[in-house]
Amino acid sequence: MSTVSVSLTQEGSRKKSFLEEVIEHTPGDCRLSSCIQCGTCGGSCPSGQDMDHTPRAIFAMISAGLKKDVLKSNTPWFCVSCYYCMVRCPQSVHITDIMYTLKRLAIQEKMYDDSKAPDFSKTFIEWVENYGRAFELGLMSMHMIKHNPFGVFKMAGMGMGMISKGRMAFTPTRIKGMDSLKAILNKAKELEAMA
Amino acid sequence: MKYSYFPGCSLERNASAYHVSAMAIAEPLGMEFIEVDDWNCCGATEYISLNLTASYALIARNLAQASKETSTKQLVAPCSACYLNLKKCDAYMKESPSLEEKINTALAAGGLSYKGGTLKVRHLLDVVVNDIGYDAIAAKVTKPLKGLRVAPYYGCMIVRPKLGENGTFDNPEYPTTLDKLLKVLGATVIDFPLKAHCCGGHMTQISESTGFELIRRLIKGATDYKADLIVTLCPMCQLNLDAFQGAMNSHFNTSYHMPVLYFTQMIGLAFGMDAASLGIGTELVDARAALAKIGVEVPEAELVVKKPPKEALPMPSMPEEK
Amino acid sequence: MSKERIGVYVCHCGSNIAGTVDVAEVSRWAGEALKDRGVVVSRDYKFMCSSLGQELIQKDIQEQGLTRVVVAACSPHLHEQTFRNACKEGGLNPYLCELVSIREQCSWIHPDKAVGTEKAKAIVSGGVEKVIWDEPLEPLRVPINPVTLVVGGGIAGIQAALEVANAGYPVIMVEREPSIGGHMAQFDKTFPTLDCAACILTPRMVEVGSHPNVKLFTYAEVTNVSGYVGNFQVTIKQKARSVDTDLCTGCGICQEKCPKKVIDPVFEAGLGYRKAVYTPFPQAVPKYPVIDRENCTYFLKGTCRACEKFCPTGAIDFTQEDEYFTVDVGQIILATGWDLFDARRIPQYGYGRLANVFTSLEFERLTNAAGPTGGKVVLRDGVTVPKSVAIIHCVGSRDKNYNPYCSAICCMQSLKFAHLVHERTGAEVYNFYIDMRTPAKGYEEFYQRVLEEGTHFIRGKVAEITDAARYPGEEGKLIVQAENTLVGKQMRVPVDMVILSAALEPRHDFKEVARLFGISCSEEGWLIERHPKLDPVATMTEGIYIAGCAQGPKDIPASVAQGAAAAARVVGKIQQKEITMEPIRASINQDKCSGCRICNNMCPFNAISFIEDRMVSEVNPALCQGCGTCVAACPAGAISGTVFSDQAILAQLDGLLLNNLKAIDLTPA
Ligand SMILES: Cc1cc2nc3c(=O)[nH]c(=O)nc-3n(C[C@H](O)[C@H](O)[C@H](O)COP(=O)(O)OP(=O)(O)OC[C@H]3O[C@@H](n4cnc5c(N)ncnc54)[C@H](O)[C@@H]3O)c2cc1C
Ligand code: SF4
Ligand code: SF4
Ligand code: SF4
Ligand code: SF4
Ligand code: SF4
Ligand code: SF4
Repeated sequence: MSTVSVSLTQEGSRKKSFLEEVIEHTPGDCRLSSCIQCGTCGGSCPSGQDMDHTPRAIFAMISAGLKKDVLKSNTPWFCVSCYYCMVRCPQSVHITDIMYTLKRLAIQEKMYDDSKAPDFSKTFIEWVENYGRAFELGLMSMHMIKHNPFGVFKMAGMGMGMISKGRMAFTPTRIKGMDSLKAILNKAKELEAMA
Repeated sequence: MKYSYFPGCSLERNASAYHVSAMAIAEPLGMEFIEVDDWNCCGATEYISLNLTASYALIARNLAQASKETSTKQLVAPCSACYLNLKKCDAYMKESPSLEEKINTALAAGGLSYKGGTLKVRHLLDVVVNDIGYDAIAAKVTKPLKGLRVAPYYGCMIVRPKLGENGTFDNPEYPTTLDKLLKVLGATVIDFPLKAHCCGGHMTQISESTGFELIRRLIKGATDYKADLIVTLCPMCQLNLDAFQGAMNSHFNTSYHMPVLYFTQMIGLAFGMDAASLGIGTELVDARAALAKIGVEVPEAELVVKKPPKEALPMPSMPEEK
Repeated sequence: MSKERIGVYVCHCGSNIAGTVDVAEVSRWAGEALKDRGVVVSRDYKFMCSSLGQELIQKDIQEQGLTRVVVAACSPHLHEQTFRNACKEGGLNPYLCELVSIREQCSWIHPDKAVGTEKAKAIVSGGVEKVIWDEPLEPLRVPINPVTLVVGGGIAGIQAALEVANAGYPVIMVEREPSIGGHMAQFDKTFPTLDCAACILTPRMVEVGSHPNVKLFTYAEVTNVSGYVGNFQVTIKQKARSVDTDLCTGCGICQEKCPKKVIDPVFEAGLGYRKAVYTPFPQAVPKYPVIDRENCTYFLKGTCRACEKFCPTGAIDFTQEDEYFTVDVGQIILATGWDLFDARRIPQYGYGRLANVFTSLEFERLTNAAGPTGGKVVLRDGVTVPKSVAIIHCVGSRDKNYNPYCSAICCMQSLKFAHLVHERTGAEVYNFYIDMRTPAKGYEEFYQRVLEEGTHFIRGKVAEITDAARYPGEEGKLIVQAENTLVGKQMRVPVDMVILSAALEPRHDFKEVARLFGISCSEEGWLIERHPKLDPVATMTEGIYIAGCAQGPKDIPASVAQGAAAAARVVGKIQQKEITMEPIRASINQDKCSGCRICNNMCPFNAISFIEDRMVSEVNPALCQGCGTCVAACPAGAISGTVFSDQAILAQLDGLLLNNLKAIDLTPA
């Protein structure tokens, strides 16, 4: 981990801190600055054991301005959105929402080294953007081939099972109003880029 | 009672059993479902990681579509992820006028609009236990699930986070509505400590070992508590616990066998409906032995290897097929 | 042109005011612009509240013959009395002095000096118009009844009662439970010295019970309070004990013979039993038992009467009824203490579901030699000695989902438990804490001692406690899951027993108590003191004091200190024999009063009564606190307040709007 350097603040010309940046990119009042480092989130997190840093540690790193370490870490990608941390946090910090923010920032800044997790989101969304509906099993297989070809053997049984039980589709359904959906999403992306 | 119904992508495909059984119990329980016209994917937990505005616009298109239905303002989702996404989008739009305006600017590009708070977003379980009620359900039970030990499993997104003024319809740490429902159906309900723990969502795709560990905890928990089966209310949970159970077993070198069914299927069985008509038999972890305890016969699943349609996209070939 | 000679004094308050208000300009302006309104002297000074500042006023009164004084400084809350006294010393009636705030209401809230200065001028101008209407007043004097009521017989109430009684004045103590002693009586040892709670508490209890100056009501409650400082009338409900205390010798045979065993939710914290006829504990004061009618077989089914049969003195009396006594008291001390947070509200901690999760009070009873296990620390099966124990800090405290405040005592209480578990069982002890708060005398030293004993300290708020084994070695244990935040890793610690250090909460009936005694409580429900720093035992209602945990979470030494402080205030007042009260009161013009009675219920101090035969309302000046509610409420405009009559207020408004600079005659006729 890099050393923490605190830039001297000069009135009016201070650069936005990473903490402020994260708060700004999170919808609503996320209360991140009220974190008391109690660790309830880190203790609750189902995937906490496999994270580079627990959510609490990530928050300490954010307020210490360690942007690179934060955005390079696997922590937000390992968040499964279980919301345990959020209902338990004694300071009502919107932890899960902040994890989403960190994912977006990491993609924006091309920071997360392991492209597997962002890729999954992207592939998922590509289907949605082109068909309007998701196609998760097809996606899972494709994702797997790309990132974990050996894992495919382990999953093969499952794939066969799903096909034989009629639970696996070969193509997503395309919705009727695809043009309208595309227009909506394009406009939304325009708005997001403006913000 | 009339409801707008948002099936979601999972129910269209891998969780069709959930859809089929929900439809099957709708009539006896007096629920009329009107499917949202030309609905689209809610984005699961993925879209918001990429683009905040677009993810909300994607969800809001569904709200806009559903709000066109004049006969009801209740929107029901059987999938917990869809439910949370729809509910969250509606709540945040109501809470923040600036977000509402932004989303509506996007929606306008597709000729749509939505005002936060117009619809009341409900989970199917909420509707069944609170609108229909335990008494009405009890009155229809003809084949009580006597002797069946079930682990009620809620997962995360149906009870968390607390959103908006009304919060959640059940306790975020220790929900009990499904427990009560299953008791009404005559089952022996175990006090399952992991009932609101996480199934792992899409974790198997991001870190296999992490995802499998989350699945293992739940399957082991239910096994330790000597459950015959797990009852769930979310297609993602069912997929993880059922479809990935085999892979999880090989990963840990274990041999758990824990069937996972939907609560709608359990209601149907208790109402004396035929197992096949409830989509039972499509689960990968065989539920026959468990269901035999209550005298339910499950038909042998017919192999339905469909021919890919013309427009089909190429499938990755499975090594075993060669 | 006013006939008064007015002096205006503008305070700098260091830079507090002078920083955002041009005080010299305000003073100059007042001297010139308000000359026609009677201002003859106008000065600014660094600190008006200093002796030199006060002397300035006195000198002007004497030399310039001032008849009115306006001080523009801080809030009247702080220094009104100071300047009134200064005027009095100078020979001017103190009520002819107005203190207007240009600090809290001006300099502190405006960043712009020009704006601040203009506003300060307007405020001074308002003060000048108001002071013209002021009339010379004399403070009210009422005699004080030397009897003091103490509500609540915990350690704080006991201390207060003994201090007053030992000073030679009568005390009436009302305690809700069958015995005094409060929570301290439930403990075995007390931190940080680990002296035996009973050994230091029971002598005090006995002293209260036998003190010639103390009249003790137990199993009793206050149901009504009327009157005012020095002269309260209090109604006490004595619940039927079903035991004649004149005959009973406290032999205890009835308790022994009574066949009906019930769980004791109060004294034993639900962990032990008592009989239907009982004293909560052997050293109870008074020694007389009570029959719990909700559980007594005779009262439920009409048969039994075993206690009556065996009582050697015939003291059992099933026919007793609740009695009401009305007593006159001069002052009241409230020491009603705290309730324990209901740990079931945090489902993920498993209390109520997982047998071996205990609350702190349950654990106190476990370690108590007179408790249900005779002081043996065992699991809920009553026999197994735990080999590992987790103690969880901050349960229901410092948590926005439950109570946002810190309960102040539970870090020390958790350390005490760690020590006791070590001492009694030799088990491994894990304390899960967020921050270790040990700020009082001897507390940090106690922490050191517990550290040296080998307690494992894990910094992290516990996420959940479960019996669902995930890994080998966890089977049959309670697993405490938390992040060790100093390591940054999630941990699962399998233990045999968990103790929840639950929050101290206000008494469940705090609203009722606050209403009854006419005092206010904080959002959470703690009774509010008059000033958080300078007056922690008085309340905003004259004559009513608070002590102990009723005011906020605190340890025994602080509760005792507060009890003694409240007593000192009470004794001081008694020794004055009479009480001087602000003469600022409302009065009703009986000719104008239409008898609508709207004001009757408006008055927060119940000061207005209706005179039936004349069909008009009347204010009792000793009860009225001069709040002004009724003045504003009266549709007939019949009520007027001394010092805040309609005319005075309107004049002040005119002053604020600088209408007084125009050629309108505003002077009182
Ligand atoms: C588990 C635990 C262990 C602790 N251990 C220690 C320790 O070792 N050392 C230490 O310094 N502090 C300790 N404390 C703190 C200590 O308990 C308090 O400081 C102390 O009890 C405060 O005394 P009190 O008189 O204010 O309140 P209480 O002890 O609560 O007494 C209040 C009394 O008022 C009565 N009452 C309440 N309402 C009414 C009413 N309306 N009418 C009439 N009577 C009423 C109650 O019945 C009770 O008798 C501990 C606290 C806990 C939770
Ligand atoms: S639970 Fe909340 S307060 Fe505690 S460390 Fe996590 S974010 Fe911070
Ligand atoms: S919401 Fe994400 S960060 Fe929070 S506990 Fe669940 S997985 Fe961990
Ligand atoms: S037996 Fe009689 S005298 Fe003895 S304690 Fe009971 S009531 Fe009192
Ligand atoms: S009459 Fe009541 S109090 Fe007396 S012995 Fe019987 S049950 Fe106990
Ligand atoms: S005293 Fe200690 S245990 Fe109690 S609330 Fe405060 S920090 Fe938590
Ligand atoms: S001024 Fe206030 S206290 Fe006095 S009588 Fe009127 S309402 Fe009551």
